[in-house]
Amino acid sequence: MSSKIKNTTGPAAPKGEVWVWFTSLGLVLGLSMVLVLFGLILFRGLSYFWPAPVTQIELREDSESALRGMTTFAGVLAKTQQRTERVLAETEEELDEEDAGALEMIPQTFTELHLFIGNRDAYGQSFRYFREDDIVARFYPDNIIRAERRSEGDGIFYPLRLQLDDGTEFDVSDEGFEAALRRVVREARSRRSEINRIERREIGRINLEINDIDLERRYLQRQEALTDSQERWLERLGERLQALQEDFAVHEAEANELRRENQANVLFFERSDGGQGRIAIGDLFRYYYPNQLGFFDRIGVFSIRFWEFVSGYPRDANMSGGIFPAIFGTFVMTLIMSVAVTPFGVIAAIYLREYAKQGPVVRSVRIAVNNLAGVPSIVFGVFGLGFFVYLMGGSIDALFFPRAAEMGTPTFGTGGILWAGLTLALLNLPVVIVATEESVSAVPRGVREGSLACGASKWQTMQRLVIPASLPGILTGMILAMARGAGEVAPLMLVGVVALAPNLPIDGNFPFIHLERKFMHLGFHIYDVGFQSPDSEAAIPTVFATTLVLIGLIVLLNLSAILLRNHIRKRHLGSAF
Amino acid sequence: MTQNRDNPTEISPPGGQQKTPIGQQKLHVEQQPLGDRGNFNADYISFRDYSFYYGATQVLFDINLALPERQVTALIGPSGCGKSTLLRNINRMNDLIDGVRHTGDLLIDGESVYNPYLEVISLRKRIGMVFQKSNPFPKSIYENVIYGLRVAGRRRKSVLDEAVESSLRRAALWDEVKDRLHESAFSLSGGQMQRLCIARAIANNPEIILMDEPCSALDPVATGKIEDLIHELKNDYTIVIVTHNMQQAARVSDRTAFFYLGKLIEYGETERIFMNPENSQTEAYVSGRFG
Repeated sequence: MSSKIKNTTGPAAPKGEVWVWFTSLGLVLGLSMVLVLFGLILFRGLSYFWPAPVTQIELREDSESALRGMTTFAGVLAKTQQRTERVLAETEEELDEEDAGALEMIPQTFTELHLFIGNRDAYGQSFRYFREDDIVARFYPDNIIRAERRSEGDGIFYPLRLQLDDGTEFDVSDEGFEAALRRVVREARSRRSEINRIERREIGRINLEINDIDLERRYLQRQEALTDSQERWLERLGERLQALQEDFAVHEAEANELRRENQANVLFFERSDGGQGRIAIGDLFRYYYPNQLGFFDRIGVFSIRFWEFVSGYPRDANMSGGIFPAIFGTFVMTLIMSVAVTPFGVIAAIYLREYAKQGPVVRSVRIAVNNLAGVPSIVFGVFGLGFFVYLMGGSIDALFFPRAAEMGTPTFGTGGILWAGLTLALLNLPVVIVATEESVSAVPRGVREGSLACGASKWQTMQRLVIPASLPGILTGMILAMARGAGEVAPLMLVGVVALAPNLPIDGNFPFIHLERKFMHLGFHIYDVGFQSPDSEAAIPTVFATTLVLIGLIVLLNLSAILLRNHIRKRHLGSAF
Repeated sequence: MTQNRDNPTEISPPGGQQKTPIGQQKLHVEQQPLGDRGNFNADYISFRDYSFYYGATQVLFDINLALPERQVTALIGPSGCGKSTLLRNINRMNDLIDGVRHTGDLLIDGESVYNPYLEVISLRKRIGMVFQKSNPFPKSIYENVIYGLRVAGRRRKSVLDEAVESSLRRAALWDEVKDRLHESAFSLSGGQMQRLCIARAIANNPEIILMDEPCSALDPVATGKIEDLIHELKNDYTIVIVTHNMQQAARVSDRTAFFYLGKLIEYGETERIFMNPENSQTEAYVSGRFG
């Protein structure tokens, strides 16, 4: 016996323990993939806001990268890559002797710079590859401007002179140029926000009322015979409409005046390729000298750009500007979904677990519910369109908005944020049911029996002990549902998401909450910007930034739900479940 | 059935294994003075030809048993003998299990617990229960004690406060917890938790307290406290206690019923059962030779 023990060399390894390494390997693999994905999104998303320096390059005259004879470009280096291309062999030395004279394709590797050159109006593209061999000069110009513009993406150019509406002109070499430019850009910004206010508040409100009146008038006018009172009502509507239209014209004129003022100041500039142009200050949203910024200046520009991205409205076919409506739409829809799915799921789970007689029927219902979780989400979208939008929405329209429906402008009978929320609620019902069932059944039998022995009814036991004790589990289900719901896109495309919604689902116009409205959604925004925009390459950074915000929003929603759950758990401190 | 109640003095022959002819129900009731505590109903909880089934399995066989009012009755027997089932049928806790049924009848103070006009909730309000594993609710000590009152709809704070104090005092827990009534019940020790559960049962002001091995998870000190408590409580309550601990049965109970394989083997005064059992199985069990 003892000799056997002595014979072993080193500590004995229990058999089978090596598999621990494999399991941990699986975890490491999964974890690192998640981290790489998250890191990529974080890096690419945040670099969208970073004011990177602008480099200017000069190409050889005969370069393939030249664009319509232009050989000088300025831009932000997006990436450097190696590319191998089969090229036609040109020189004798490169050919084998046997094949002398024959044409041959040989592979050749060269380095390319991928530059964001902006100025889409002039170049027709925002990004361009340049072969490094062709670049004869490369430097960082000090006085180049990167300008965020109303349309056509960013501009990268040298300022020449500023022409003000009062006739004064500042040359870029003048001392007052910088101060004047900063002042007029600031003024233009306040005029723009005033225009926005007029359009969203005043004109928006008037438009809503005009739409209603117009609808009613058209409806009445279609009737063959009108009673006297209807005639009078029609007349009154006409008067009101006229008043509104006058009101509208006043505000419109006000906005137009501001717009005209914003077009009055003009900045003349020269691109690096030598082409000249002009831009109205009203179209110049922000400008900065990317090569003059210190680190903290860059942080400042970064923060402002980030803030405007999350708080602003989109412009230029969603490719620039902010994504606030999409954030808000996603948030409100997720909220509607959670509010709808939780009570339904909890009630269904409680019935299934506590009240229903356990047997083959309940078992098959449970299997069906679990299988529901595996149904492709687009199927729920189709169901939502058929059931919620057409059937329920159509019925609501027939009951409450018969005139609008008759005139072909459905209110609830078309996709909207409410139907989208309910569709996703349906999609996530199994998640909540399963989580609730599990947490309800995890409440110890002793607690239930103790309650019943005290003379409580079954419902009192549920209400006072079982449901409070299973709240953390129920909230876990809700968190899972929210995480899945907030990122779901496919079903939404059928039940109310749009690329650009003019109005938010909640605003200052009566009745303040407009659940019938179409809405924007971050997930759909990513799809729209990435795949439906005129310049998809220029949209890539925006896609990453939007993805980052979407993930951030989901994390934020989940985090608040988790904090709520922990708070509830703390109240049941020391409990064994 | 009522004539049995009017005539509770009939004494069955010792050893419950004998077949009782149909229509000739015999009750294990002994005429016995209750000392200086006055004369109480000796047939307070009454099992009559009571059989009980879990699905197809019969677990209680023709039990005829009468438990006296305001005394402590211990139910003893080896595991699986049906004593816990019997106890849990008194407040119909076994109704929660699917597929149970019974024959015969079970009366409390002359009224059948299976009376279709009797609400099981009102029955349970009259019967407190203490479980083997202490099961305080995930609430404060205060809320635990008044749980029964709360579900009964009592709201007035003075009533609740008074119930908490008197129940905790009776459960000999007041001095230990009076300063932390609003802390979680899970902050108590095991013995305290069990006494809290007793206080919870008392707060409903029941007539009967059922105890299902209340000390099996407790150390000797805590067990001693609970046994003292049982002595106190029997002045006001009818107590039925299931226990595996022979010494405990001998210490706390006035009467003892011995069960084996779902049958009532012997029932009588505790002293007699332990000192001078008539049935050989009882003797073997109480002397520790089997079980």
